[in-house]
Amino acid sequence: MRFYEYESKQLFAKRGIPLPKGSQVARTAHEAQRIASDIGGAVVLKSQVLSGGRMKAGGVLFADDEEEAESAARLILDLEINGQRPRGVLVESRQPVAQEYYLGITWDGIAKRPVMIFSDMGGIDIEEVAEKYPEHVAKRHFSNLLPFSDHKAKELIAAVGVQGSDLNRLTRIAAPLAHLFQEYGLTLAEINPIARLEDGSFVALDGHVDMEAEVRGEHRALLEELGIGEDETRQARPPTSFELAGKRINDVDHRGVAGNVTEFDGTLGLIIGAGGGSLTLFDAVRNHGGHPANYCEIGGNPSVSKVCELTKLILAKPGVEKIAVMMNVVSNTRVDLVARGVIKGVLESGEDPGERIAIFRIPGSWETDGFKILDKYGVEYCDRAVSMYEAAGRAVAKMQSA
Amino acid sequence: MSILITRNTTVIIQGITGREAVTMTREGLDYGTRIIGGVTPGRGGREVHGVPVYDTVEAISSKSRVDASVVSVPPAFTRDAVFEAIEAGVKLIVVVTENIPRGQVAQMVELADQRGARIIGPNCLGVLSPGEAKVGGLGGRAEDARKAFTKGVVGVMSRSGGMTTEICNTLTAAGLGQSTAVSIGGDAIIGQAYAELMPLFEADPQTQAIAIYSEPGGRMEADLARWKVENDSRLPVVAFMAGRFMDEMPGMRFGHAGTIVEGKADTTVEKIERLNEAGIAVAERIEDIPALIEQQLATAG
Amino acid sequence: MAIFIRIDVDGALAADAGAARQLCEVCPVDIFSTPDGGALEIVDDNVDECTLCELCLQVGKPGQVSIVKLYDDDAVLQRT
Ligand code: SF4
Repeated sequence: MRFYEYESKQLFAKRGIPLPKGSQVARTAHEAQRIASDIGGAVVLKSQVLSGGRMKAGGVLFADDEEEAESAARLILDLEINGQRPRGVLVESRQPVAQEYYLGITWDGIAKRPVMIFSDMGGIDIEEVAEKYPEHVAKRHFSNLLPFSDHKAKELIAAVGVQGSDLNRLTRIAAPLAHLFQEYGLTLAEINPIARLEDGSFVALDGHVDMEAEVRGEHRALLEELGIGEDETRQARPPTSFELAGKRINDVDHRGVAGNVTEFDGTLGLIIGAGGGSLTLFDAVRNHGGHPANYCEIGGNPSVSKVCELTKLILAKPGVEKIAVMMNVVSNTRVDLVARGVIKGVLESGEDPGERIAIFRIPGSWETDGFKILDKYGVEYCDRAVSMYEAAGRAVAKMQSA
Repeated sequence: MSILITRNTTVIIQGITGREAVTMTREGLDYGTRIIGGVTPGRGGREVHGVPVYDTVEAISSKSRVDASVVSVPPAFTRDAVFEAIEAGVKLIVVVTENIPRGQVAQMVELADQRGARIIGPNCLGVLSPGEAKVGGLGGRAEDARKAFTKGVVGVMSRSGGMTTEICNTLTAAGLGQSTAVSIGGDAIIGQAYAELMPLFEADPQTQAIAIYSEPGGRMEADLARWKVENDSRLPVVAFMAGRFMDEMPGMRFGHAGTIVEGKADTTVEKIERLNEAGIAVAERIEDIPALIEQQLATAG
Repeated sequence: MAIFIRIDVDGALAADAGAARQLCEVCPVDIFSTPDGGALEIVDDNVDECTLCELCLQVGKPGQVSIVKLYDDDAVLQRT
């Protein structure tokens, strides 16, 4: 779950990481003008979108006084970047920069520890710097059991040759960033760039913070304080109403999983599972030239009514002609309960299960009962002798012949 | 032989009175696993399918040898349960629980490393050595598990629990069977990734080949490739890569918590390249895995 | 309307308050209820959720509770 720049900076401020003077977000051009006048002098205005490439898209503008700031804010607030409307415009004082640095903390899944990365070449893509100028990038893993200790940050920053008071000042940014990372269960905390201003002081010019969904509950107070709503998934794109409806079906009933719905624009509705099985089956459908209407995951032991509601949601989606119900060989999900759920869902939509369900391929526990149910309603099914790939192929073939 | 577990492994289940754990206990006992006790704080003195329930791990470990523990408690209590098992000297801890924050998983793994314990998972279904034992829910009911899993030569590691069974079922149908199947977990940080289990399979005479299931996200496939080359492994490896469609959808999370394309190295295209460089064949479909393994075994002579 | 499962409870058993309470307790998917502590009722909305766990069949005498699989030529499950 990605934070907007202004939210990231509010988080930085909690631990005393210095920000440019002013640094407030405006929702209207008028408000931007007021902030600029409070700051006094030159300001920078930055569009608040979750997408990269703001500068190129014209989402970052400079202004010398409050009038210019007002008209710049007007332009930015009207500008869509990669399909996103800005959440607001961040107004900050603009001061001459002597040098830029990079500082980031993320997880290393191989070392299974947090890793802090520092470079004296900030402001550009760190992966590119690491490739071209490895001597300008340093990395240090640190313990997540012990409290973060300043010396780790010092070693890291000194490793690229930073000395004197700069070293100490940068440590006073890096250590609190590590504390935030640990305290709030972040998956990424990045300041790029950190600027050394001409007066020798340091500020965080731009920031990027990611928090994983798993800790949302634990940090509800913080999210509320930042104004991040429950429905904001903050993925690469905002959720559609179809996806939100899927989420509600999953959330109201704690029994098993029938959710993680993602919308696509095809004609074949998919009721698939579980995590890995869904990825495998989605690939298989596309490989056969099929056009999925959605991605989803069923798993664990979902109730009949939950599967029924999901089926109705997918069948009601405009353009959906048939649905395919497929999973890997299951051991804890029950074939018969899923069969009951999908058939009930089709019937309650006023349709014929034999007609609407292109294929049912879920072998495994309670399959004997499941297959009897499918027989009764004339639904085509297959057992484990038919592979997931083949089953997906049959579903696609039915769509093409229909 | 198998890796990690045998029929003599003594197992406890933490959170044994929970809905899923009760089923897991029944299935494990039916399969022949030596489940010697369970733990649910405040429920000591009861029984679950004849298995005695205690309040603490120590109450069991002070009396008997405990080789392995399955942790099946809600996410908020998982770290504590794992710490408890490690402190009690348990060396193999299978964490079934899903949705544990990364920071907590890292803490469990760090403590386990310090004490010489191994964590499988979290967010996994467990470990199964056909004909020996099953630790965790993998394979489901004993009769279903016997259908999908049979004793054989392939070591299986999978980031997806369900796909572990699917792959093993395919290997069984082809007559290859499995030495041990490990559902390693679907999170971004897990106790034992492919490269960490490889030395065990390498040392196991029963294992003659490896099959893995992998997904977008993370570097563990690249790390396996590195391990294979650096150690000049005797074992041919065949991989299946799911989620190829995700390459076109950076930043979106599908499937497991660890499955997201954040950078180039996370994509399936990139991973397949790394695997191929190390001589690891990547199957297009699950049903192609047995033939690829047989091919590699034949060329290895 | 339940379309996959039917639960039949013998009239005498349904009238027995103790048995009714037991049925409510054992069923994991709340198919039985005793509104206001009164007579036993079958909750129609939940009947298709039946997991065939057979716990309800242990209540009362054999045959007093039966589960009918409407999808399997009305096959009947009873305690024997
Ligand atoms: S079999 Fe189980 S789920 Fe079905 S009615 Fe009886 S107690 Fe409830």
